[in-house]
Amino acid sequence: MAATLQFELVSPERLLRSEPVEMVVVPGSEGNFGVLPGHALLISTVRPGLIEIYEGGKVREQLFVAGGFAEVNAERCTVLADEAVPLPDLNRAVLEGEARELEARLNTTQDDDVRNHARRQLVVVNAKLTALGAPSPH
Amino acid sequence: MATLKELRLRIRSIRSTQKITSAQKMVAASRLRRAQEQAEAARPYAQRMERMLGSLAASLQGRVNATPLLAGTGSDQTQLLLVMTSDRGLAGGFNAAIIRETRRLIRELEAAGKAVKLVTLGRKGRDALRRDQRQRLIESRVEIGRPRLRFEEVETIAAALLALYADHQFDICTVIFNHFHSAISQVVTRQQLIPFSPPEAAHDHDEAADRGIYEFEPEEAEILNELLPRNLAIQIYTALLDSIASEWGARMTAMDNATRNAGDMINDLTITYNRSRQAAITKELIEIISGAEAL
Repeated sequence: MAATLQFELVSPERLLRSEPVEMVVVPGSEGNFGVLPGHALLISTVRPGLIEIYEGGKVREQLFVAGGFAEVNAERCTVLADEAVPLPDLNRAVLEGEARELEARLNTTQDDDVRNHARRQLVVVNAKLTALGAPSPH
Repeated sequence: MATLKELRLRIRSIRSTQKITSAQKMVAASRLRRAQEQAEAARPYAQRMERMLGSLAASLQGRVNATPLLAGTGSDQTQLLLVMTSDRGLAGGFNAAIIRETRRLIRELEAAGKAVKLVTLGRKGRDALRRDQRQRLIESRVEIGRPRLRFEEVETIAAALLALYADHQFDICTVIFNHFHSAISQVVTRQQLIPFSPPEAAHDHDEAADRGIYEFEPEEAEILNELLPRNLAIQIYTALLDSIASEWGARMTAMDNATRNAGDMINDLTITYNRSRQAAITKELIEIISGAEAL
């Protein structure tokens, strides 16, 4: 078994994952970065996208995160996610419905708060759709 | 002396009250367990957020360009109190303790020449403070976290506070809430939310030595600008969860006491009832016997 690091994925409401992994790729706001054991100390913001957990050189699991923060040190990679869902749990039809509804709300509302909220949600929904649209090459 | 019929009715009414309080106690116990689980589940995020902020603050130390959320506005003239109470009563001293502390704090701050503003979460706090602090109350929210507190809900509260802060409506924000100490004891706690004070002391000894220098992507100030508002939401979230768990703990205790009191009253009344019934029987017997003797 290859060397591992502790991967932790936490959302405000609960601890989602805490397990040893061989490698994990995190969608940083300035580009994806892969984390292997012994990584240099790093704190980064995370953009909406996919976290990929690797095992034996292959992607074992893909998780969608809607942004957040990541802290990396030699033994640990902690991702504080705003929202996190395993990729297989995303449903294209549902998401497309949500996107349409949000767009409709954007076009009809006069309220700035509602508009900003809808716009932020739309970014996340679109990121989810993109994640679904580009399945991993494995 | 109450008649036998009155006593009987009294006992029956107390017995039905007791049924209600004991059912409420059971409900409170199960809600308390759920609230505790939720508070427990939220802890990992808060802890890691704190650790990350500790690293960031350590790396930013002494730099002047810190954001107002960290450095403050340079004044402490206007104080905002975020008061957390419950929506429903029948929870013993849960709300009264918070409201008393709030009033005390207002007096203290105003005696020191500060201006005080209030934001209340929960109906009981709003109703009580609206009576005598109306001019200080700037916002209130009720029915939070029903049936279950969601983080999204808290984010809107945090966003509202941040908007007020950006608008220079206050300099310092402090939250007052019931900290869950155990199911039977809650501690009224004050915690400063804005400006945020990093928990340096707690971190200095354990990790500082092997911490080394972090790399930041993007740079520290930018991460901080995203991290601090989120941290505010997290702090409000954990305080609210704490307060909700306390509320159910307090309610459970209150209902347990009420059930026990009702039991005591029923026992007392039953004794009185039996005595007066016996007395009535004895009286009748004496009357019959003395009637027979007189013949």
